Amino acid sequence: MATHHSRSAARLMMTPAVVLLLGWMLVPLTMTLYFSFKRYLPLRGGDLGWVGFENYTRFLTSSAFWPSVQSTLIIVGGVLIITVVLGVLLALLLDQPMWGQGIVRILVIAPFFIMPTVSALVWKNMFMDPVNGLFAHLWKAFGAEPVVWLSEASMPSIILIVSWQWLPFATLILLTAIQSLDSEQLEAAEMDGAPALKRFWFIILPHLSRAITVVILIQTIFLLSIFAEIFVTTGGAFGTRTLSYLIFQRVLESQNVGLGSAGGVYAIILANIVALFLMRIVGKNLDA
Amino acid sequence: MGHIVLNQITKRFGDVEVIPPLDLTIEDGEFTVFVGPSGCGKSTLLRLIAGLEDVSSGQIQIDGQDATEVPPAKRGLAMVFQSYALYPHMSVRKNIAFPLRMAKLEKAEQDKRVEQAAAVLNLTDYLDRRPGQLSGGQRQRVAIGRAIVREPAAFLFDEPLSNLDAALRVGMRLEISELHERLKTTMIYVTHDQVEAMTMADKIVVLKAGNIEQVGSPLDLYKAPRNLFVAGFIGSPKMNFITGAEAKKHDAQTIGIRPEHIAVSKEGGLWEGVIGVSEHLGSDTFFHVHQTGLADTITVRAGGEVNFHHGDRIFLTPRDDVLHRFDMQGLRIA
Amino acid sequence: MARSITPRRKTLNTSLAWAVGLLIFFPILWTVLTSFKTEAQAIASPPIFLNFDWTLENYAIVQERSDYMRFLWNSVIIAGGSTLLGIVIAVPAAWSMAFVPSKRTKDILLWMLSTKMLPAVGVLYPIYLLFIQMGLLDTRIGLTIVLMLINLPIIIWMLYTYFREIPVEILEAARMDGASLREEILFVLTPMAIPGIASTVLLNIILAWNEAFWTLNLTAAKAAPLTAFIASYSSPEGLFYAKLSAASTMAIAPILILGWFSQKQLVRGLTFGAVK
Repeated sequence: MATHHSRSAARLMMTPAVVLLLGWMLVPLTMTLYFSFKRYLPLRGGDLGWVGFENYTRFLTSSAFWPSVQSTLIIVGGVLIITVVLGVLLALLLDQPMWGQGIVRILVIAPFFIMPTVSALVWKNMFMDPVNGLFAHLWKAFGAEPVVWLSEASMPSIILIVSWQWLPFATLILLTAIQSLDSEQLEAAEMDGAPALKRFWFIILPHLSRAITVVILIQTIFLLSIFAEIFVTTGGAFGTRTLSYLIFQRVLESQNVGLGSAGGVYAIILANIVALFLMRIVGKNLDA
Repeated sequence: MGHIVLNQITKRFGDVEVIPPLDLTIEDGEFTVFVGPSGCGKSTLLRLIAGLEDVSSGQIQIDGQDATEVPPAKRGLAMVFQSYALYPHMSVRKNIAFPLRMAKLEKAEQDKRVEQAAAVLNLTDYLDRRPGQLSGGQRQRVAIGRAIVREPAAFLFDEPLSNLDAALRVGMRLEISELHERLKTTMIYVTHDQVEAMTMADKIVVLKAGNIEQVGSPLDLYKAPRNLFVAGFIGSPKMNFITGAEAKKHDAQTIGIRPEHIAVSKEGGLWEGVIGVSEHLGSDTFFHVHQTGLADTITVRAGGEVNFHHGDRIFLTPRDDVLHRFDMQGLRIA
Repeated sequence: MARSITPRRKTLNTSLAWAVGLLIFFPILWTVLTSFKTEAQAIASPPIFLNFDWTLENYAIVQERSDYMRFLWNSVIIAGGSTLLGIVIAVPAAWSMAFVPSKRTKDILLWMLSTKMLPAVGVLYPIYLLFIQMGLLDTRIGLTIVLMLINLPIIIWMLYTYFREIPVEILEAARMDGASLREEILFVLTPMAIPGIASTVLLNIILAWNEAFWTLNLTAAKAAPLTAFIASYSSPEGLFYAKLSAASTMAIAPILILGWFSQKQLVRGLTFGAVK
């Protein structure tokens, strides 16, 4: 179906969405680029003129830069691995016949509905607090010394909190995918003498590859920009300062907009590299 | 009214020319069938008439008006789709009334016309059901109902029977023919099934690769196919084609003889062969005869109960008066 | 898989799945329980699970301290408004991409999705400046627009995948029946896509409800939604577990209830239409 009437109508109807997103992308991006070449301190004199690439070199050579990239990658990678692996196992479990499947599913989805600020606060205070937290009680019950989670094991703690939030999402997508697997395929493999583990490896896992791609893509989009979890728990201390958080601190806490903008440009470049990489996989994997 | 003229229309998708320049006139009240193998452009042609696709060049006239640029909604044509394309979220009543609602007809008038159409199509008892609760044949009738209520200038049917089982297909074929008898509205019907074409059409348009091979009444096409393609496409079982020395005797490159125009005998005849597979239908019997020295297989129709068997030697005699002759280009020699 | 399994196996599955489910759900359960304790019981050692004196006083204190209803109302308006606005803009765009695809359709879709990847911090200051200039800072309308923009790619993507499941012939039938483009979308496409649209709406309400970067950074007092309400409970108030729990429960309850009631649509929506 394609007459030039419908084609021009289609162009017209896409215009608002395209224009809005283009504006949303280009206007702030241009401004960020503009600020990144300036010395710009809103509270200490405002616009202090052009400085060329100084902000870029300063941001790159600051001692905080590489650790922040590292933290970002560790958090994103760690959460992805945990949610995908546990998600596959959980999806396999939930796919089995059982009593009360609907209720179990509700229990498992629930963390997805929780605001990041809430989950961060609850985990930080009620579970990870070294005095009154539940973990502290648990440790003491076994005679162990309570751990000061958010400073002594800051990264694993943050990864745990974020994984808890995203595990439901991964599980649900993978469960949906498993349920769409034609059971005759599995039965055929069983007839061919493949044991359970081989059936999982050669039939279920390949069938899940598309769903896993979707999980990785969508989670990466959201994980690259996690903010509240760090803002509320460590405030970027104890090695949990991600690139996003570093830029946030430069712009809002030290009010150095020029420097922060240069960092923003780096973050955008990093995100684009990841995006390009992911889009290629997705473009191949989802016949869009 | 429903007089449709296609004037030098073409259609290309990118670099591929699906319809080369084509002229066709469809008279008011005529039942025209576009028939051809899949991919011959017959559906595209129908969609061009409907306005669901643009012509790349040329002109479409409906009742003397240039309709080339008119959007589908304004052409005054109704279409019955292969998948029926019923609105699944609406009751049968609402489905049939939809075009009337779009035309902003009064509610009372809408109801009246829907009731009438439902009565004609035996749908009265089903008006409050959803399409999902109907059988294939009933869905087909709803689709036709939706088309007739708006009293279109012409009906367009896009392989409407291909999703029905064989028995229903024959029934619906008759119903559509009867509908045409009653309404006397122009109908354009697309099918790949030559039986549908032969049984329903006033005029058959045989298409191949976007080209019109022949236009004519079913019997014209049966009696005087213009070329080898039409000769092979129209008629069932297919016409037998014989080349070589036997054809030379008739001053032709190829001669064609229909299975029903060959007499069989045990005693003697013009040609001789051995029976391979025989198909007994009760009313007819078809023999596939081999080792004739003329063609791989010669198909022959004999009467209902004939006493021939696999492996029997058989003599065949074609009727000379209905022998078709074709030249080097595959065109009919008059 | 409609295969019979032994009752033993089923019992095993059930207990394992319930154990895992309860473990995952436990932090939420614990929060809700704690919200009904007194502060002393909330930090009792060893922790009290159920046999405490149930009280509502924490809710009363939280409501008194910070005007819960105002935050709630802001959340409702911002999440609902941004989603509806997004749907209105996305439906025509998704129609175009699903039913009049061109060579560029796939590129445009992926480009739209890639705008989601732009790090928000990278453009925080410019947006902040623009908001000040346009008087949008700390307004519900400003936040509604921003959340609509960040979720628009996802709304379009989801609607696109749902629309593609609808046969083109039905839309063509509507066209032949004399429907204008507006009528075709309003009377035929939209009703047929209601389940997909519902999933999209639900998921985006949740995403907008829980969005915590822009809502924290672009609001102060007037337009602050529940994310800001709860952020005010970070230290030192966070050490008052019972009150923190009450506030948390109040912040998550509306969306948790909505989510549970619409579980079926949501499960479909959660997969972003990308997995069937």
